[in-house]
Amino acid sequence: MAGKLHFSLVSPERELFSGEVDQVDAPGSEGDFGVLPGHAPFMTALREGEVRLFVGGKVTTYDVRGGFADVTPAGLTILAESAVEV
Amino acid sequence: MASLKEMRNRIGSVKATQKITKAMQMVAAAKLRRAQDNAQNARPYAERMAAVIANLAAGVSGDGAPKLLVGTGQDVRHLVIVATSDRGLAGGFNSSIVRMARDRIAKLIASGKDVKIITLGKKAKDQLRRLYSDRIIESYDVGSAPSLAVAQTIGGRIAELFEAGEIDMVSLAFSKFKSVVIQTPTFAQLVPAQVEGGAPIDLKGASYEYEPEAEEILETLLPRNLSVQVLTAMLENQAGFFASQMAAMDNATRNAGDMIAAMTLQYNRSRQAQITKELIEIISGAEAL
Repeated sequence: MAGKLHFSLVSPERELFSGEVDQVDAPGSEGDFGVLPGHAPFMTALREGEVRLFVGGKVTTYDVRGGFADVTPAGLTILAESAVEV
Repeated sequence: MASLKEMRNRIGSVKATQKITKAMQMVAAAKLRRAQDNAQNARPYAERMAAVIANLAAGVSGDGAPKLLVGTGQDVRHLVIVATSDRGLAGGFNSSIVRMARDRIAKLIASGKDVKIITLGKKAKDQLRRLYSDRIIESYDVGSAPSLAVAQTIGGRIAELFEAGEIDMVSLAFSKFKSVVIQTPTFAQLVPAQVEGGAPIDLKGASYEYEPEAEEILETLLPRNLSVQVLTAMLENQAGFFASQMAAMDNATRNAGDMIAAMTLQYNRSRQAQITKELIEIISGAEAL
C-alpha cells in the first residue's frame, strides 16, 4: 500500500506524537490490531499495552494505558489516558 | 502635618510593599509561561476527544443513547461547578468568575430550578458560601498545580450523581484564557454533552466499525470526557490566574512608585522648610546681640 498514514498520539498532558508513519500496531480491548494507510473507519477502546509505530523501518514504542483509537480516512488518533515512550 | 520621622517611616513601608509586589509580579510572569504551555499542550487531547464524541454521537441516537450524552430530557435539577483559583491577589480574576456564576445561579433559582453547587478552588468556596452555603454539596481545592487526579475525582462524582438520578443538567464556570490581557469568564455545558456541529467526517463510502459497540465505547468515554473538561478548565484558570496576577502586581508596583515619588517630594520640601526656619532663627539671634 503506497502512501503514509497520519498518526497522532495524545495524552491529557500533551501531544506525544503527530506525523506521518507507515504502520501502527496497538492493543485493542478485543485484540491487537495493526493500522496501515487506507484503513477502513474503525473505533475501539484500548487496553494497557504497547503502541508501536513504524517509520521507514524504524520502530518506536510507547507504553499506553487506557484510551481510545479512532481511525478515519484522515488518519489514526490515539487518545491515551497516559502514555510514555519506551 | 506629619513629622519628618513619620514621613520617613511611611516611605520605607511603601518601598517594602513595592519590593513584595515586584517580586510577586516576576514570580507570576515566570509561572505564567509554564501554565500557558500546560494549557496549550492539553488542548489537542480535549479537541480530539470532542471530535471523537461528535463522531460517535452521530452514530447513536434514540433510546439507546447514553444519558450523559443526551441528558435526562428534564431541566429541573442543575449542578453548577464553579472553578476558581485557590489564592487571591490577582485583581478581579476570581470575582469575575464568581459574579458570573452567581448571576446564573440566582436566575436558575428564580425560575424555580433546583440548584446544587460544587466549588473547585478556595476562592469559589469562600465567596459562594456566604450566599449559598446550603446548596454547596462539595468543595475541592486546586492544590499546587492542576492535576488529572482532582479532575477525575470531580468527573467521577458528577457521573455518580447523574447515574443516581439526582441531577439533570451540569455546567461549569471557569475563566477562558484568551491572551495575557484577556480572560473571559465562561460557562461550559457538560451534561447533556455539547456536540460540536461540524460536518461529519467523509468516510468515502465505508461504514464505521466499532469494537466494542458504539454505546459501550461512549459509556466509558463520556465520564472520561467530564474529567478532561474539568482538567481543561483548571488549566485555563491557572494560566488566566497568573496573567491576571501579573497585571495586578504590575499595577501595584507602579502605584507604589508614584506614591514614593510624591511622598519623597513632600518629605524633601518639609526638610528644606525646617532647615530654612532654623537658619532664620540663628541669624536673627546673632543680629540681636
